[in-house]
Amino acid sequence: MSQILPFLPLLLNGLLITLALTAVGIVITVVVAFAVGLCRMSRRRWLSWPAGVFIEIFRGTSMLVQLFWLFFALPFFGVQLVPFAAAVLALGLNEGAYGAEIVRGAITALPRGQREGAIALSLTPYQRLRFVILPQAIPAMIPPFGNVFVDLLKNTSLVSLVTVADLTFRAQMVRATTGATAAVFGTILVLYFVVAYLLSIATAWFERRMDPARPAPRQPVIRPRRVVGP
Amino acid sequence: MIWDWSFAASIVPSLLGGLWVTVEVTLIGTVIALLLGLVVAVVRYSRIPVLGKLFGFFVLFVRGTPLLVQAYFAFYVLPNVGVQFSPLVTGIIVLGINYSAYTAEVYRAGIQSVPAGQWEASTALSLSAWQRWRFVVLPQAVRDVIPALGNYVVQMFKDSAILSAITVFELLSHATSIGSSSYRYLEPLTIAGLLFLAVSLPAAKLIKRLELRLAHPR
Repeated sequence: MSQILPFLPLLLNGLLITLALTAVGIVITVVVAFAVGLCRMSRRRWLSWPAGVFIEIFRGTSMLVQLFWLFFALPFFGVQLVPFAAAVLALGLNEGAYGAEIVRGAITALPRGQREGAIALSLTPYQRLRFVILPQAIPAMIPPFGNVFVDLLKNTSLVSLVTVADLTFRAQMVRATTGATAAVFGTILVLYFVVAYLLSIATAWFERRMDPARPAPRQPVIRPRRVVGP
Repeated sequence: MIWDWSFAASIVPSLLGGLWVTVEVTLIGTVIALLLGLVVAVVRYSRIPVLGKLFGFFVLFVRGTPLLVQAYFAFYVLPNVGVQFSPLVTGIIVLGINYSAYTAEVYRAGIQSVPAGQWEASTALSLSAWQRWRFVVLPQAVRDVIPALGNYVVQMFKDSAILSAITVFELLSHATSIGSSSYRYLEPLTIAGLLFLAVSLPAAKLIKRLELRLAHPR
């Protein structure tokens, strides 16, 4: 253990890269999940079909294969991404495909009457989504999204294989220099675990905050204006 | 034309060989995960004093850390303490242990869904603990969770690509080694991806059908 103490700053620096990858990855994941998930639910075939293909491809292949593909195969099309960009893109697209199914599942789980009611009130599709569907569906999405985020954090370790200097990459460096294998990998296992644990606590806290049953809404969720009559 | 068809055709046999290793790793890993997961779940449910707590922490820790780092740990540390396995065996063990943490939770949900009356009835019939688990609880608990277990098998199949990092020569390692020797990564990596799809999509479809069958038994 004392052997790796001098290398602790190096490891903590790698942890920062890991946290940055996780944060950017989460943002991309959420954007991709909502975009693809809503497209998948669309009645227009040219929207739902590509979304379905996207989901199947990214859920059906290994995240590592996707990462290698973006890093090694994409340059053949003249697109050369820097390692960090390829890494967060692979993370975001992969976890976004799982997220898309969460978005779809939460929305389809809503009672049909909600959608029908919103249509009866002649809300526009945008208003329906914004004021009726999403406020009810999002709380249901938080626990599964929490799982996706923890998964994303763990998958960041794969980017060490395409030369991004994250926590795992630094650990390999320290191992090669000191030979203190058990100590260095033990240390980073604990570090990953602590971050994953904090992440799941954060989503649990968020979940409690978003619980629609508890807080009295400051304003009514739906505020239809001039929806009936001439 | 960026895509070289004749090159693509020439590497398919080698990649299929890699796919076979991937499937093998998954199948043996599945056996370990299903058995070990069941043990962990039963021990945790029975609240066996120290062991129950220990397995609880095991599940939490394994699920909270990356498979790649677990694989590195086993791959580099085991030889240091005198345990000499081939990379393939190390990889299979790591994969099996990793997924047992997930299957244990699936089993636990299944066990919890068995009505209390079933436990009480088997006590009233004075069945032994072994008989109770074997003939009353587990048959009911496992049936409902088979689809969920199947999902983890597909997940494990995809995750086994990570073992390429500890020199297990499976599908992805075949693809990257062809890439590094020919300087053409496009075809091997694309075909590797397609092969992963070709196995995991039908498998997922199959599990979906199983789920429907089990949900509405005849």
